[in-house]
Amino acid sequence: MEANTRSSGRLPAAFLTPGSSSFLDFLSEHAPEQLPGNRPLPPVKGAVEAPHGTTIVAATFPGGVVLAGDRRATMGNMIAQRDIEKVFPADEYSAVGIAGTAGLAVEMVKLFQLELEHFEKVEGATLSLEGKANRLSTMIRGNLGMAMQGLAVIPLFAGYDIDREKGRIFSYDVTGGRSEELGFAAVGSGSVFARGSLKKLHRDDLTEEEATTVVVQALYDAAEDDSATGGPDLVRRIYPVVSVITEDGFRKLTDDEVAEVARSVHDGRLQSPNGPQAPVL
Amino acid sequence: MSTPFYVSPQQAMADRAEYARKGIARGRSVVVLQYADGIVFVAENPSRALHKVSEIYDRIAFAAVGKYNEFENLRIGGVRYADLRGYTYARTDVTARGLANVYAQTLGTIFSSVAEKPYEVELIVAEVGEGPEDDQIYRLPHDGSIVDEHGSVAVGGNADQISSYLGQRHRDGMTLGEALKLAVESLSRDNNGGERTLTADQLEVAVLDRTRPRQRKFKRILGRQLSRLLEGGGATVSGAEEETGGESSGSPETPGDASGK
Repeated sequence: MEANTRSSGRLPAAFLTPGSSSFLDFLSEHAPEQLPGNRPLPPVKGAVEAPHGTTIVAATFPGGVVLAGDRRATMGNMIAQRDIEKVFPADEYSAVGIAGTAGLAVEMVKLFQLELEHFEKVEGATLSLEGKANRLSTMIRGNLGMAMQGLAVIPLFAGYDIDREKGRIFSYDVTGGRSEELGFAAVGSGSVFARGSLKKLHRDDLTEEEATTVVVQALYDAAEDDSATGGPDLVRRIYPVVSVITEDGFRKLTDDEVAEVARSVHDGRLQSPNGPQAPVL
Repeated sequence: MSTPFYVSPQQAMADRAEYARKGIARGRSVVVLQYADGIVFVAENPSRALHKVSEIYDRIAFAAVGKYNEFENLRIGGVRYADLRGYTYARTDVTARGLANVYAQTLGTIFSSVAEKPYEVELIVAEVGEGPEDDQIYRLPHDGSIVDEHGSVAVGGNADQISSYLGQRHRDGMTLGEALKLAVESLSRDNNGGERTLTADQLEVAVLDRTRPRQRKFKRILGRQLSRLLEGGGATVSGAEEETGGESSGSPETPGDASGK
């Protein structure tokens, strides 16, 4: 597993074999026990109790895409963590938000980031956005065994496609099935409510600021109707994580920036508790 | 059955060393210099695709001369080693010292193994620290030894000449522009004291810049920015960030760290 376990201390042959630019392939050949999906689980009855991350939403706007997640992790009916972060940069031009088993999700993101970085270093070029989305698909499929035991990890992948010059969103199912979403998407326990909200609020001509507000509105709606999704916590100053990806690359909004959006959404709700109204016709 | 000729071990090793040294001396040199904000790598290399200088990890870069397929293999091995180590432990646990050690063992074993031909390569592994005194530069000759270098170092064809030229003129706290100009001057002197002119498109230049806000400190200096630095304009690396494409990926904060805040 470590490079210098051999008596001579030289790099084992696997390290010097030309061929794959994938860290995942290298790991599965050289140290398969380190792959998150590769660890045998003891047989247990029912689902394993572990913290679960909840709602992730994404929305495109001309010139980019926003990806946001609430901050709650739950374990059964208990709140396991109220300030968890579930949205991460994958590389310069993409980000991934993960719903599902938090521990596995965090490890998977770490491996995914490394996979992209490794390719970039070995090849001297970045993967295409489709290529990145497909790698993530492979990783989710590798976790299927765990998913069947209740430890599913479902990501939402968003990025800026440099070739097509627009933001794109990809959603996944537990088997690794990948589908591109047009306009907006949501995953996790509150996704039903978030999607309903996004459907009414999202337009194709949103500005970056409007898109940011739309995803925060959607998370607010999800938090109102889903107990596992956390709304903006104005008391503890814990706000959703919002990231924007444009041709300038990935940017995570600062706490102050999100606080401003979250406060204005909250203030709006003080006037009309159900949020912005869409016209009937 | 014929009896093999007896060759003394000294002779055998001397022959292998001679073989490797000749191979290395055929190539153009690479120089590595410390400057105020980091470490600069300069190679004479007209190719834009086949690199002599590359990124290994956040703060570690690699430069090599000699046979391309051999050092490319070692480079990929190094990237795999660093990424696996960072994945197993933490990003800060990947060090140039560890990597140099593994390279030395690898080169040394290959050099003294009768079944393999010695690698015709000479490597440099460098790590940029928080301050100039924390910078580390290791030179790894073909036979598996490690030399801990300070200030400036050259490998390849005219390494000895270039090294002494650099040694006399390099000083601590040079700006990037000064260091780069010195490096190019040293590379453009040929064996018999003559001078050639090296233009921006014959050079491969990269830096490990400790002032870079991202986790990954490695950056190639390309195109207009390189020309401007060579001409002596006061351009800073960060000032022209947007002009460089390619390997300037973001700084994916590791999920473990982020949740710990």
